[in-house]
Amino acid sequence: MRGDNPPRFVLASSESEFYWRSGADGRLRIQRCGECSRWVHPPGPACPFCHSRRVGPEPVAGTGTVATYTINRKEWIPGFTPPYVFAFVELDEDPTVRIGTNIVDCEIDKVEIGMRVEVLFEESGEWHVPLFRPAGTETS
Amino acid sequence: MSERMERRAVISGAAQSEVGRRLYRTGIDLTVEAALRAVEDAGLTTADIDGVSTYPGFGGSFGGAMGAELHEALRLSLNWRSAGVETAGPLGAVHNAILGVATGLARHVLVFRTVVEGSGGPLRPGSGGGGGGGMAGSAGPFQFMIPYGAASAACWVACYARRHMHDYGTTRTQLGAIAVNGRANAVANPKAIYTDPMTIDDYLAVRMVSDPLCLYDCDVPCDGSTAVVVSHRDYAPDAPAGAVGVNAMGTAIRGRPSWDQFDDLTSMMMRHTAASMWERTELTVDDVDTAQLYDGFSWLTLAWIEAMGFCGKGESGAFVEGGVNIGPDGSVPLNTSGGQLSAGRLHGFGHLHEAVMQLRGAANIQVPGCEVVAVGAGGGPETGCLLLTKGPS
Ligand SMILES: [Zn+2]
Repeated sequence: MRGDNPPRFVLASSESEFYWRSGADGRLRIQRCGECSRWVHPPGPACPFCHSRRVGPEPVAGTGTVATYTINRKEWIPGFTPPYVFAFVELDEDPTVRIGTNIVDCEIDKVEIGMRVEVLFEESGEWHVPLFRPAGTETS
Repeated sequence: MSERMERRAVISGAAQSEVGRRLYRTGIDLTVEAALRAVEDAGLTTADIDGVSTYPGFGGSFGGAMGAELHEALRLSLNWRSAGVETAGPLGAVHNAILGVATGLARHVLVFRTVVEGSGGPLRPGSGGGGGGGMAGSAGPFQFMIPYGAASAACWVACYARRHMHDYGTTRTQLGAIAVNGRANAVANPKAIYTDPMTIDDYLAVRMVSDPLCLYDCDVPCDGSTAVVVSHRDYAPDAPAGAVGVNAMGTAIRGRPSWDQFDDLTSMMMRHTAASMWERTELTVDDVDTAQLYDGFSWLTLAWIEAMGFCGKGESGAFVEGGVNIGPDGSVPLNTSGGQLSAGRLHGFGHLHEAVMQLRGAANIQVPGCEVVAVGAGGGPETGCLLLTKGPS
């Protein structure tokens, strides 16, 4: 899939814009509450736990675990050439932070639930789209 | 138990329009056909109809027709009208009608759900997407899935199915029993889209769509309208085809209202929705004679079977395997008119219509002595259910 990047159709809101820009410096950021320190995803206008409005993006390690995934054999959106993996990744900082993503740099049939993964970013116009690959993948 | 307001209502009429893969008829045309049949079936005239309720309340291939369109097309005079998409799934239109009747705002509410996803869907050049897709460019919660090519509910449901298989050992052969059962039952339904025989080997051989879901795990977009009349129970003795009672309705949305952020990746909102239905009745799952459970994707039916309590959590695969338990002679005859996988994606209202027919003793594959039917519709965070009885509850 990489090298011939699919159309990402990112349409950020004012609350989520940081998420899609975060990778510009190579770091993934997730919204965190400045009062109760809980992580919040998708980001919103206030902390859903303590209702503080003191919420903002904070860097995370960018590592996590594949919670589940599907191998798409159908071109659901033109430009997404099958097969491609759509997965939910749970971040190490808080497994309730569940991120939809593509698993790349990995043979399709090697993806599995419980697999350790790390973030990387794909530039798409003004956005840096978070993708994940097997943890410890050598960068080329 | 305090009075259950839903028991003030009955379903006095039910009907469907022509149903087909590509009819190239307008949504309101199909809606009028179903509505007039349902009103006649209820022994009423349009002058008796004083309420309209529908889901989702907009046109297009998914929406079908607006309540106002039917209102205008039949020159109805209404005391109450309701439509919306933020309901407990598509059956929310029925829940709302029941509430309209129970509170006295209306006496006879015409409820409909129309789809033109067959001819109005992506198969027709120049039209928008149907079948749960077409949400590219959404700034809402789908903004976190669309950029990854997960544009269809198939992609999201497949993730749950995969985790269910991982955690509980559910197999594709077990999942396939839902599709095979639906096809076998669709043969007796003259309005069904697909009636060619299907074996489990056919199922296992067909192409994958979003692995582990194959083509036969996905319902078939179609054109059609279903209408029911929800009336006050006082009218039950006068309903010529027999009134169906509303024993309990399930409406709860207790977890995160999200396709991707629900806490448990092996169940969906129907877990809470069905629980809320059982909290409102003295009946139990053992009283259910047949279940009409949503099969927009086959895995959703497994989730509904577990949510309703026909088996324990994680046991639905073994429960349906081979089709014996869910067949017409099984302990819980399931989707006896073919469900959406074979009979067409009428968005839960095909299931509702079949439930009414079963309770009237008028189904094509009739469950003998049928007195209680559980109907559940929807997936993800959009789920709702009804417990219906023969005669007023
Ligand atoms: Zn907080």
